[in-house]
Amino acid sequence: MSETHARLAAALARIPYAGFLGVSAELKGDELTLSLPYGEHLVGNPLLPALHGGVVGALMELTALTQLAITSKSEHFSKTIDIGIDFLRSGRPVETYARARVIKIGRRIANVQAEAWQHRRSEPIAVLHGHFLVADDVANESS
Amino acid sequence: MAAGPPLYGAGDDVFERVRTMMQWTPQGRALGLELVRIDNGKVLGRIPYRAQLAGDPESGIFAGGVITTLLDQVCGMAAVVAMREPAVVATIDLRIDYMRPAAAGRDVFAEAHCYKIGKNVAFVRAIAFEDAPENAIAHAASAFMVNSNSGRRIGANLRGNKP
Repeated sequence: MSETHARLAAALARIPYAGFLGVSAELKGDELTLSLPYGEHLVGNPLLPALHGGVVGALMELTALTQLAITSKSEHFSKTIDIGIDFLRSGRPVETYARARVIKIGRRIANVQAEAWQHRRSEPIAVLHGHFLVADDVANESS
Repeated sequence: MAAGPPLYGAGDDVFERVRTMMQWTPQGRALGLELVRIDNGKVLGRIPYRAQLAGDPESGIFAGGVITTLLDQVCGMAAVVAMREPAVVATIDLRIDYMRPAAAGRDVFAEAHCYKIGKNVAFVRAIAFEDAPENAIAHAASAFMVNSNSGRRIGANLRGNKP
């Protein structure tokens, strides 16, 4: 495990809500994948059953925030300004994955996109785009 | 005015009916989501504060995902309340603007209102806050597919989507 990976795993492990969901992280180079194993507590509609939309959104937001910290080499998570989530398919009761792409890091605002999928990467169950306030340690460096 | 069937949100027992729907959701139960009140089509929900749901162990502030799930849930309930008969709703999209972080240690409320419902789509807005909607944590705007099973068996849209 690289030093970056260890730091990242530690940072995520410190987030109580990530533990509540059951999220784990894998970093290849500078690309992060978050995995969310299926758990009964994640279900929104038990009849289908389908994952709660809020959980899928939360997974993508966590991915976006963590990927932004990696890309901007920040020790801190940014603050979320806004997010837009498009739901494309029902989240089935299986493991879900998410990756994010930092589109732009400006002096104050970063634009990040994320997607979540299950069996096939080419069939995302949801996508997210968001704006985040760039963490102070990054903003000071680039100003 | 045409005499259609009464709204699902009409009647004395709507609070109990919607509360039952919310309790039916395992994620809602895991988070401890509660229905507080339904007033004039406005659905007020609450999530009791728990450090386990913090997004940052130092500040203890609720993770954004908790607020997202609360808003998604109350928006969906507001769409149901606006219907003539209860039907499965599915979120098409959800946009959330964060005005500020939630206050650590405080319960968060969210009030949702369906301002337009058609045959296929319901449009819902919601506000998350601790004390008053004027001092909002977040504003949400969402669209829901109404009758998302289109009269077919529930889950029919999942067929052909097997791994």
